[in-house]
Amino acid sequence: MSLFRDQGVVLRTYRLGEADRIVVLLTQGHGKVRAVAKGVRRTNSKFGGRLEPMSHVSLLLWQGRSDLDIVNQAEVIDAYRFVRQDLPRVSAGLALLEVADRLAQERHADRRLYETLVGALRVLDDPARDPALVPAAFFLKTLVLEGAGPVVTACASCGLAEPEVELVSFDLLEGGMLCRRCRRGRPVSAGALEVLRQVLGGSLGAVLARPAPGCTEELTALALEAMEAHLDHRLRALRSVAGL
Amino acid sequence: MYTAPLRALIDELGRLPGVGPKSAQRMAFHLLRVPTEDALRLADAIVAVKERTTLCTRCFNVAEGGGMCAVCSDERRDVTVTCVVEDPRDIVAVERTGQFKGRYHVLQGALNPLEGVGPEQLRVKELLQRVDEEGTEEVILCTNPNLEWEATAMYLAKLLTPFGFRVTKLASGLPVGGDLEYADELTLGRALEGRRELDA
Ligand SMILES: [Zn+2]
Ligand SMILES: [Zn+2]
Repeated sequence: MSLFRDQGVVLRTYRLGEADRIVVLLTQGHGKVRAVAKGVRRTNSKFGGRLEPMSHVSLLLWQGRSDLDIVNQAEVIDAYRFVRQDLPRVSAGLALLEVADRLAQERHADRRLYETLVGALRVLDDPARDPALVPAAFFLKTLVLEGAGPVVTACASCGLAEPEVELVSFDLLEGGMLCRRCRRGRPVSAGALEVLRQVLGGSLGAVLARPAPGCTEELTALALEAMEAHLDHRLRALRSVAGL
Repeated sequence: MYTAPLRALIDELGRLPGVGPKSAQRMAFHLLRVPTEDALRLADAIVAVKERTTLCTRCFNVAEGGGMCAVCSDERRDVTVTCVVEDPRDIVAVERTGQFKGRYHVLQGALNPLEGVGPEQLRVKELLQRVDEEGTEEVILCTNPNLEWEATAMYLAKLLTPFGFRVTKLASGLPVGGDLEYADELTLGRALEGRRELDA
């Protein structure tokens, strides 16, 4: 049993009992942590709005014998206030949190996942940047971190690369783009393939600095499908967001 | 070590929100100890609430006997203002202020993309129909200050404002009697945004 300090992003919360919440966090040093925030739902709670989903907080946690830690103190590093005031940005933010929650392992630090999430939330919080491509970019980047990044430089089936062959479709079973001869799965436009390569090839920052490309919806559908296949789980946020 | 009826009672009490096995056991033994008529009053109250309580046909507040709730049946209420809440308990809280004279609409939840709760799971369609038919001018989004409700409020505002309704939401700010130094950044930030002119 011990007290420890860490920082983390609140992924989601569940009501617990009369006035408490279970807060699920992606922490920098301890991976996914579930902790009880006592009295947080009372209007006079010392935690106030600090432990709402998406908040980036610095924490003092108590780890006891149970699976659930206890939040002792919480200070805000960044509340991403701009994200919260704009429906498309909130929606995109929730989609990131849902995937981070699925990918993170309890009490197992994953520095890169953590930094990718914080980075993506910062982009969403920047009024000068377009939020539309952020979920797709985040999904693709985390797939690469998981060792499940799609093959986009050559045909995933026959191995031939451009300019010998033209890559025209994307298939999950084959693990990436396919040439005209091997084509299966969903067709991919040349524009989408270009952006896909930039995102996967390390130019993510440059891609997100520009207005979202016309192929954003296409890429989002592709990235969502790839992430769902990897997780073997149907993701809710992005799908219900489409209905908003 | 328990009799079957006692075991069943402990199990049922243990299903209540916020009641753990220890409290369930304590309540069960308490009910065993009190005079029969006291325990039966509780049983009767549970039966009565289940048999006679329905949802208001207009606003989805709790009502009695299949009709409208006490607020909707009250002709003195202002029909031009509709206050949207998540849950009938929120109506109780707002009524306690004594400052709201309009009608309510209970959404029966808030948008929660992570739980798959979208507009179709909430009473949004009914709200749009009501404000259209009842001569509503202002819709107050009486929302819990959390992420789900902020998303819900933005969504409803997007639906309602194009039709010329005035859409407002509760100010968020500092709890009365609280100390400024303990306020979190988000709350204090909102309080600053929502600051008001003082009449000298
Ligand atoms: Zn091929
Ligand atoms: Zn009613």
